[in-house]
Amino acid sequence: MNVRKITTLAAAVGALFVSASALANQPLVKIDGSSTVFPITEAVAEEFQKAKKGAVRVTVGISGTGGGFKKFCRGETDISNASRPILDKEMADCKAAGIKYIELPVAFDALTLVMNPKNAFLKQITVAELKTMWEPAAQAKVLKWNQVNAAWPDTGLKLFGPGADSGTFDYFTEAVVGKAKSSRGDFTASEDDNVLVQGVSRDAGALGYFGFAYYLENKDKLKAVPVVNPKTGKAVEPSLEAVISGDYQPLSRPIFIYVNAASVDKPEVKEFVEFYLKNGAALTKEVKYVPLTDADYKHALDNFSKKKTGTAFGGHSEVGVKVSDLLKRDPKE
Amino acid sequence: MNQQDLQAIRAIITRHKRWDMLFGLLGLLALMVGVLTLTVLFADMAIKGASRIDYDFLTNFPSRRAGSAGILSAWVGTILVMLVTAFSAVPLGVAAGVYLEEYAPKNWMTDIIEINVTNLAGVPSIVYGLLALGLFVYKFGFGQSILSAGLTLGLLILPVVIVATRESIRAIPQMVREGAYACGATTWQTVRDHIVPYSSAGILTGVIIGMARAIGETAPIITIGALTFIAFLPPAPYTEVFPFISFDWLTAPFTVMPIQMFNWTSRPEAAFQVNAAAAGFLLVLMTLCMNGAAIWLRYRLRRNIKW
Repeated sequence: MNVRKITTLAAAVGALFVSASALANQPLVKIDGSSTVFPITEAVAEEFQKAKKGAVRVTVGISGTGGGFKKFCRGETDISNASRPILDKEMADCKAAGIKYIELPVAFDALTLVMNPKNAFLKQITVAELKTMWEPAAQAKVLKWNQVNAAWPDTGLKLFGPGADSGTFDYFTEAVVGKAKSSRGDFTASEDDNVLVQGVSRDAGALGYFGFAYYLENKDKLKAVPVVNPKTGKAVEPSLEAVISGDYQPLSRPIFIYVNAASVDKPEVKEFVEFYLKNGAALTKEVKYVPLTDADYKHALDNFSKKKTGTAFGGHSEVGVKVSDLLKRDPKE
Repeated sequence: MNQQDLQAIRAIITRHKRWDMLFGLLGLLALMVGVLTLTVLFADMAIKGASRIDYDFLTNFPSRRAGSAGILSAWVGTILVMLVTAFSAVPLGVAAGVYLEEYAPKNWMTDIIEINVTNLAGVPSIVYGLLALGLFVYKFGFGQSILSAGLTLGLLILPVVIVATRESIRAIPQMVREGAYACGATTWQTVRDHIVPYSSAGILTGVIIGMARAIGETAPIITIGALTFIAFLPPAPYTEVFPFISFDWLTAPFTVMPIQMFNWTSRPEAAFQVNAAAAGFLLVLMTLCMNGAAIWLRYRLRRNIKW
């Protein structure tokens, strides 16, 4: 029995080295990165493979925005999903490896503040009030609603939010507190947004935030809190229209794909990205994200065909930026 | 013996019996905590996922629409990874175990090796994932493939296989070896004809414990780069031209059941939670089938041993 097993193993190892490169011949588009962008890219990949009748293979992973960029800058992937712009350090890594990239916004993600449906007093919230609740100084001090706004009752304030590894957390803290990752630590954090949904729906004094899609799916258990736009002074409830028009600020942000410029020479990658930008609007809506305007998708497609490499951001996030302005900027590497 | 003493003795006996019963109950309770939790979880997943388990669920690729999403790429990936795991860990583990028991001289070197093998069984799986990322994926250039994943999980269960092999070899009476040597057999002949066949039932148990651990592992597989959305299968293991058998699938990108489940549980739509429950149910079922097959094999093997 043993002898046979050893022979089989030897055969397996031998055959492996003979045929290791066979798979490289089939067209393959490799994508990895943010789990926030994943549902959209998955939908596009699914439709693209259907449209190509299986002639092109697409794989999508969820290593997170940072993990995705690490692979991307080593040249392991063709496209990287990112829920925030590429950062200084990642730009340096890509440059060192000689990898140029095209930055393309593909949709919006609107961070939605949610409360328990039993909460009757909260009609709207300002960024300043959010800051009082979430800034590091609030830790163990701001524990009641009336400490934030005297008009609110003397009930316990329970906060829920994504964990510190999430791009959503980075953006929220940047937009609300003013500095990425600067937050109080004594809130219920979970990387799984469904846990946050459960938490807020069980506690009448709860307030939490997560991506818009999770709110849409749980409208029966939660209520969205309108956020006052600091520029117009009007309270805006998150919705497709409010995000597209730019009224829902500062909590909506564009999300991106980064395409390796060298991979664009491969026809399957070029076709995939074009397919992405042409069908992005419909598929984005289907997975409950907010699409860009048609003009923005066209503009992005134009930038892609001109191979404008680099990032429109200077290696850091920006709050409240318009996608149409982004696409007009001259990207830098 | 007077009446008083007799009563005192009876009292002691009743007290001891009471303790006996109490411990028995405690033991039963301890057992039930594990068994009942598993049963409840299993039943819960079965009830929640029942509506989704059908032929289509097994033959469809993942999809953005929960209703048409399936686990084809996941279960095929899991089985292929498990195959590589078994084919790498079993020969290596058994050989190492046999060497340590039958060949190795007893000195401080083997003592150190022994201690380390036992310690390796307690190393967190993510550490194996990081090791494999550096070694298999980059150094050996296997890439993010079924081969890398299988070898990683193989490494992970290697200590379990080695320990199980040694335990079952030790259970073989010394007279079997002495008999073989007395007839002029070499160590290799003794091992091949007696030691390995007689200990195979115990080895199999160890292999199954290891495989059951490996099949549910997520962390090291994510570390080496399993994918979440993959709507094609690895190349088939057979070809129409010579040599009719192909190992291309070893280098193919893949996903496995726990990763598919993990992805579904974090989706916003409630329908994906149902999918996750269904996938979880099937994963437990796969594990149980594997265990069942092993128990049957062990029974067969034990029947053949006549000392």
